[in-house]
Amino acid sequence: MIRLKERLAAHKSNILKKWFDLIVDTYPYDSSKYLKNVKNRFGNPVGSTISMEIEKLYDELLGDMDSGKIFTSLDSIIKIRSVQEFTASEAVAFVFMLKSAALEQLRGDLKEEGMLADWLAFESRIDKLALQAFDSYADSRERIFDIRVREIRRKAELVMMDRINMPRRAKE
Amino acid sequence: MSIFYSLLAITVLILIPIVGVGGLGWRYLFGVIIPYAAFGLFIIGIIYRILLWAKVPVPFKITTTCGQQKSLPWIKNSKLEAPPNSFWTAMRMSSEVLFFRSLFRNSKAQLKPGPKLVYGSGILLWLGAICFHYSFLVILIRHFRFFIGPTSKFIEIVSGLDSFFQIGLPILYITDLVILIALTYLLLRRFLSPQLKYISLAADYFPLFLLLCIALSGTTMRYFTRIDIVAVKELGMGLAGFHPVIPDNLSLMFFIHIFLVSSLIAYFPFSKLMHMGGIFLSPTRNMANDNRKRRHINPWNPKVEVHTYEEYEDEFREVMKNAGLPLEKEE
Amino acid sequence: MAKDKIAKPEELADGINYTPPKKDWFDPKVEFVRGRYNYASTPSGLEYLGLPNPRKWQPDQEDWKLPKDWQKIVLKGFKERLAKFRSFKIFMDICVRCGACADKCHFFLGSGDPKNMPVLRAELLRSVYRNDFTAFGRVLGKLAGGRELTVDVLKEWFYYFYQCTECRRCSVFCPYGIDTAEITMMARELLSLIGCTIDWITTPLANCYRTGNHLGIQPHGFKDSIEFALDDLYDLTGLKIEAPINKKGAEILFIVPSADYFANPHYFGFLGYLALFHEIGLDYTFSTYASEGGNFGLFHSHDMAKRLNAKMYAEAKRLKVKWLLGGECGHMWRVVHQYMDTMNGPADFLEEPISPITGTKFENAKSTKMVHICEFTSDLIYHNKIKLDPNRNNHWRVTFHDSCNPARGMGLLEEPRYILRSVCNNFYEMPEDTIREKTFCCGSGAGLGTDENLEMRLRGGFPRANAVKYVHDKHDVNLLTCICAIDKATLPALMDYWVPGVEVGAIHELVGNALVMEGEKRDTDFRGNRFIGPPEAQPKEGKENV
Repeated sequence: MIRLKERLAAHKSNILKKWFDLIVDTYPYDSSKYLKNVKNRFGNPVGSTISMEIEKLYDELLGDMDSGKIFTSLDSIIKIRSVQEFTASEAVAFVFMLKSAALEQLRGDLKEEGMLADWLAFESRIDKLALQAFDSYADSRERIFDIRVREIRRKAELVMMDRINMPRRAKE
Repeated sequence: MSIFYSLLAITVLILIPIVGVGGLGWRYLFGVIIPYAAFGLFIIGIIYRILLWAKVPVPFKITTTCGQQKSLPWIKNSKLEAPPNSFWTAMRMSSEVLFFRSLFRNSKAQLKPGPKLVYGSGILLWLGAICFHYSFLVILIRHFRFFIGPTSKFIEIVSGLDSFFQIGLPILYITDLVILIALTYLLLRRFLSPQLKYISLAADYFPLFLLLCIALSGTTMRYFTRIDIVAVKELGMGLAGFHPVIPDNLSLMFFIHIFLVSSLIAYFPFSKLMHMGGIFLSPTRNMANDNRKRRHINPWNPKVEVHTYEEYEDEFREVMKNAGLPLEKEE
Repeated sequence: MAKDKIAKPEELADGINYTPPKKDWFDPKVEFVRGRYNYASTPSGLEYLGLPNPRKWQPDQEDWKLPKDWQKIVLKGFKERLAKFRSFKIFMDICVRCGACADKCHFFLGSGDPKNMPVLRAELLRSVYRNDFTAFGRVLGKLAGGRELTVDVLKEWFYYFYQCTECRRCSVFCPYGIDTAEITMMARELLSLIGCTIDWITTPLANCYRTGNHLGIQPHGFKDSIEFALDDLYDLTGLKIEAPINKKGAEILFIVPSADYFANPHYFGFLGYLALFHEIGLDYTFSTYASEGGNFGLFHSHDMAKRLNAKMYAEAKRLKVKWLLGGECGHMWRVVHQYMDTMNGPADFLEEPISPITGTKFENAKSTKMVHICEFTSDLIYHNKIKLDPNRNNHWRVTFHDSCNPARGMGLLEEPRYILRSVCNNFYEMPEDTIREKTFCCGSGAGLGTDENLEMRLRGGFPRANAVKYVHDKHDVNLLTCICAIDKATLPALMDYWVPGVEVGAIHELVGNALVMEGEKRDTDFRGNRFIGPPEAQPKEGKENV
């Protein structure tokens, strides 16, 4: 995969930009332009998180595929998408968008001898990432329900107030 | 759609004087009657709108505080952002009206992952707005020379500053250039930003088109087709002195210009352009943050049903007694 | 061959189009998805309060069981409010749609839903205003930006006006000071005219109206809670502390949001107040009748706010106190600062507040006669009236979340910071654009903090959490302090999800920890964490905090 990796590294900024644009285009048209302005980390947390984390993911894909780092980055993005207006498949689909983004840049290169094998290897790395994205999505949703259960339990404790409100005899 | 209808409206507005003056020769109608009517509508409309607003009461003092309140003497009060009294409220209003302070807040330096400082696109909006409004003001002042006899010193100074660079012949007024750029920017951002396009209505495009056409027709006359200034002044002074005359050598372009201006001032009081008056009456900006110091009166303060202590004690007397809480009435 | 095998990118997507279709905002269709809206009011609360159209319904049902002439009722209410509130009238008229507010709303930033841009939220109402109340709109209709009030428009109102936390951040940036909170308040008043309100607002309202607090705690329950807290304090400090209730002739009536004595982590701040007042020997009293500082009426209507708020002055008068002191609470202070005196004043039966400990005259509260606990405490600290050991908070690395209402509806920014700097050693500010008057809302205010609305809250809270994450990563911050009961109730969920490892606490919890009390015996903070002492006493690696 060395040769392809070189190309991927050389085209990094273009591919990342395309990947980012594809992801952001899953938001309503009228908002996506705003999300693309990632200059402001605190004014545009969604856009800047996506932009920051996909770069880290990209580096891992070209590097050692450190599962801990991958999970942290995936989690940062998926956490956002799993509370937004997306279905499960829509929430994780952004991983696959890297294929389109990279292919657009490298289509010519793939005609070279032996590159196709490299590409297939790279694709399977992306697939691995996608599977981890599913885990992360499930994890996020579970976390949401955990939190909700905790809140309901707290509410239930407040309902116990009925007991507190029960009239009782004067204290001795 | 909104853009299309606004453009359509503008085209019609331009065609009217072309047909009316160029075709039918109704110069008196377009030079005198319509401007008078529009001006009348403008004055009456503005007074009507302001009265309509002013007549609505302000039940609560809902200042938006954008800085530290005045509380303890050793804590520095941000007087402009949380005005402690009417004087500072007036200063706050002035900073809004003269410098568009709140709009400027958008353009704060931002921290870029880097860390690098960048300025948001917000500053462009502020700059565009400032440039437009001030150019408009200067151009308005300059135009007064058409309506008064001997030109006043003040207008001369303003015009002199405006043509400071002494480029071209006739000498270029900086504001003519600036207003065209500013208007183009204000229009383009509505076209190009999807967010803004999404929120923009015909009522947002139309005034921009109208202003742009007015500025274009005006600059054309000054720099290219060369209007007869003496004739314009004759008309202007006639209108101002209520003995209107229509000089012969006024071009069609002039009638288009004056008709568009008439349309603008007639439309003004009934449109969002009244934001100019509204800002003075905006309750979050025109009141001091002295709520707990000076009581604000609500003229229609309603009587509402409340749950009185007596009712409360009546309901809970038994349990209160058992809990050893003091009571007003034992039974 | 290889050439044929490689598909073009667009083919690769195989017809899946992830880009949502372009829509015109005039189209009012909204979908009520679980997790993203609040449950409707149950009939019992509405009936108790005498509010219109009590019935069983839910927003995701097709039929909202509206009264037959609902349109007429809403439009009539609209007209009335235009004549009663200059704010409303002006804000309907002067917006130029410049877009300065568009990216200032936390719900927009967290969701990407364009109708969460403040300008559009207001346009939902404004379009109907133009259609029915302006000359241009009546003649030109849609062309002038007018929309007819249909059931779909009404549903859209319900969806989006119960998706605004009335935090006023947009109003800071608006060149005309247009305040979406004001517009949301009007919209909610209109919705409540036909019974379209949410349960998390109306049930606490009914509770509060009857028992004096949102939770419905009755007088003896209130007394028990206080005694429970005093027992806890005894266990923690070895001091027997008293807290008078309904005591006539006390100098000060102290009112806190009810969550302070019942919910976690508010409770630790409550212990802080009790410890502080004991230490300085304050002559004060609680009240069971006015056992709630918060006022959910503000989230419902001006009238409701007034009905609930009336208790504060009424009780102050009955108990013959000199002035009022208020605890840490956000919207309570919006009401106290900007509405109470106007609604239920003048408080001429009270005296101008003077701190009995320092002699400081609270000039800024001389008409309303109610002082914020942070003003009171910072004054104590400034005059060196209490002994503080900030080392006792060394296990906390602290940041401060400005709650929306004290920040933008009051200007209370420095007092809490002054206190924090005096009671702890590790205080770190979040980035500039996210604090003070530009603070990001918790995303759960104005009655939206329910579990059923959790996903929406997590979206809305993301900008705030993102800033917390920054100081968490950079400075190891592990405690998010705030002075609002809703914050304290809802930020823990936000932190659990976005920034695990950060807890939420009250300013007066840290005051209580640092307070060196006479005769005390304690080696833990109010949560039972052992004090770790000054830095040199600490082990080099790791924090000991639990």
